[in-house]
Amino acid sequence: MFLGPALLLLGVWIVYPTIRTIIRSFFDRSGDEFVGVDNYQTLFSDDTLLTAVRNNFLWLLIVPAFVTAIGLVFAVLLERVRFATAFKVAVFMPMAISLFAAGVIWRLMYEKDPSQGTVNAAVAVVKDAVSPSGVLSAAQPSTEALEGGPRGGLVLERELAAGAVAQLGLTGIRSSDVPADAEQAVVPEALAGGITGVVWRDFKPGGGTAGEVEEEELGLPGVTVELRDDAGRSVAETTTEADGTFVFEDVEGGPYRAAIGPSTFSEPFAGVSWLGASLITPAIMLSYVWVWAGFAMVVIAAGLAAIPRDLLEAARTDGATELQVFRRVTIPLLAPVLTVVFITMLIYVLKVFDIVIAVAPGSVQDDANVIALAMWRTSFGGVNDFGLGAAIAVFLFLLVIPILAINVRRFRREV
Amino acid sequence: MTTAEIEAGRVEAREPTAAKIVRYLSKAPVYIVLVFLGLLWLVPTIGLFFTSLLDSSVVGRAGWWEIFSKPSLGTLENYGEILDNEAITSALMTTLWVSIGSTILPIFLAALAAYAFAWLEFPGRDWLFLIVVALLVVPIQMALIPIFSLYNDLGLFDTIIGLILFHTAFGLPFAIFLLRNFFIGIPRDLLEAARIDGASEMRIFFRLILPLGLPAIASLAIFQFLWVWNDLLVALTFARDTQPITVAIFSQLRQFSANLEIIAPAAFVSLAIPLVVFFAFQRYFVEGLLAGSVK
Repeated sequence: MFLGPALLLLGVWIVYPTIRTIIRSFFDRSGDEFVGVDNYQTLFSDDTLLTAVRNNFLWLLIVPAFVTAIGLVFAVLLERVRFATAFKVAVFMPMAISLFAAGVIWRLMYEKDPSQGTVNAAVAVVKDAVSPSGVLSAAQPSTEALEGGPRGGLVLERELAAGAVAQLGLTGIRSSDVPADAEQAVVPEALAGGITGVVWRDFKPGGGTAGEVEEEELGLPGVTVELRDDAGRSVAETTTEADGTFVFEDVEGGPYRAAIGPSTFSEPFAGVSWLGASLITPAIMLSYVWVWAGFAMVVIAAGLAAIPRDLLEAARTDGATELQVFRRVTIPLLAPVLTVVFITMLIYVLKVFDIVIAVAPGSVQDDANVIALAMWRTSFGGVNDFGLGAAIAVFLFLLVIPILAINVRRFRREV
Repeated sequence: MTTAEIEAGRVEAREPTAAKIVRYLSKAPVYIVLVFLGLLWLVPTIGLFFTSLLDSSVVGRAGWWEIFSKPSLGTLENYGEILDNEAITSALMTTLWVSIGSTILPIFLAALAAYAFAWLEFPGRDWLFLIVVALLVVPIQMALIPIFSLYNDLGLFDTIIGLILFHTAFGLPFAIFLLRNFFIGIPRDLLEAARIDGASEMRIFFRLILPLGLPAIASLAIFQFLWVWNDLLVALTFARDTQPITVAIFSQLRQFSANLEIIAPAAFVSLAIPLVVFFAFQRYFVEGLLAGSVK
């Protein structure tokens, strides 16, 4: 009477299906024909499924160790400060959120466009600080006097020596691309012993002559101009003023050629495609670490707090450095706790599903595939092959058993 | 507080102010790192929240941080929209019913079974208990296909009851395991006294065991509730029209940017409830997670 309802539910919803699934895995998709181990062979020959298996092993190799390490670092940092609760809550909070919701959050974070995806926006800020993007994203020479392309720089064909004035006209620049501080372009005076010149937007609304600096044509400030020798090496470099003019002083010998440097044309940052085929798995792993770091931190911090202070003090009194104390005393004492975290993570990672299906857009789910996801997609997500799906489930089951066996053995030893 | 900590406190009290300042300064890098990391961990969730506030004319194109420079972009309209959206509100109600049912039912049944395993004598008791605990290793995936067929035959597919029964069955092994271990710690004398007084086993269960087991039951309930509320896999397999909120959001993901004005607020509502539960009952949570790994 006490046991009846529970045993009925366990029997119908767990025991019976488990046996059914094992049997089902030896039948074809319709369930009519016995096919032996064919489904298992498919599991290890089909590309999509192989990717899933390989990815899942990567998950097992990387994520539990990473989460444990981060948890340890956080726990140790926390030990040293007093008002740690706020930090603990911040890091632990993702644990309460479902892995699915966490997936939605990170899908948003990983958006490719830097004006939308937070991660790429941050990358863009760092990138701009390290190497500012060029002033112009696209431009073409206005006459045939200039040759080359944005990649190698645009080179003025005419040879220059001291006293020369170079005119480098560009077109094909969108108005929005013209730097805000640009002024009317001016052809500079020749300079004895130097080379002067102008870089300008050789475009006059309503017409005008190509190759000539005219009224209403703007100089292009901030453009990098190189002076190149015969061999094409850059011997001097300068940037243009607001009216587009530039000056190279003390020029000796020659002949030289003036060129607009390639750094002028660097494309604006378009965003790293985190959700693309090649980065999707590491990206999802990172979001998973974001979720689980708090769990590892809290468990390890509890373990740290349980270490008797006298032991650490004794080691310090004996002259051990902090690092030695940490490696020789703290870590060994902490080993059981670290193992618990690690094994817990192994089991969760083996069955990872929600976060993958949430972060990975449909088009890259083949690349992001893991075993649990492959099982679901094969059985219910369009393929609808129950035979193969059952085989994947059994495979997952077989992988879970040894890890849990370790867990149970350890558990028994502790009790 | 340990003795060591108390001693440390005394030492600090005697420390001159200057030394104190020096000590705090030397810790400054640690604080800076912690503040940075803490913010790093908060940003994604905050990002989702502010995205959910973005005006529908810019959501899906603007970054959430733009709301700080242009507060006019912020609006509660998206939340108004999803509250008017029948699909979302009914999904929230479905999730609520499934979560409540899947919390009460397994815990009640598990408590009954745990009592039997702990205090009733019957042949094969320990073997049976071992088998029940062994069921912990069975991954949910092992049950999906046969139960899917079974539900189709029984008409349980796409019903709240079907979801509850599935969650109940998979919640049982752990609940039985935990409660049995808790009940067995109840002093034998109490039970003997009640039995001598002529109380029936049912009476003992309701009047004695359940009240005494409350701490364990509470922590189990919180964990089970969050587990079911956050579930996607089971819901995705056994629900179509009667869908919980996770499935409702999932079906919008196909066009992520275009549907962001629904996805962001719905996702935030769906995670706000677990957050409230979590902050209210934090301490029960970690234990549950450690144990939940066997699910």
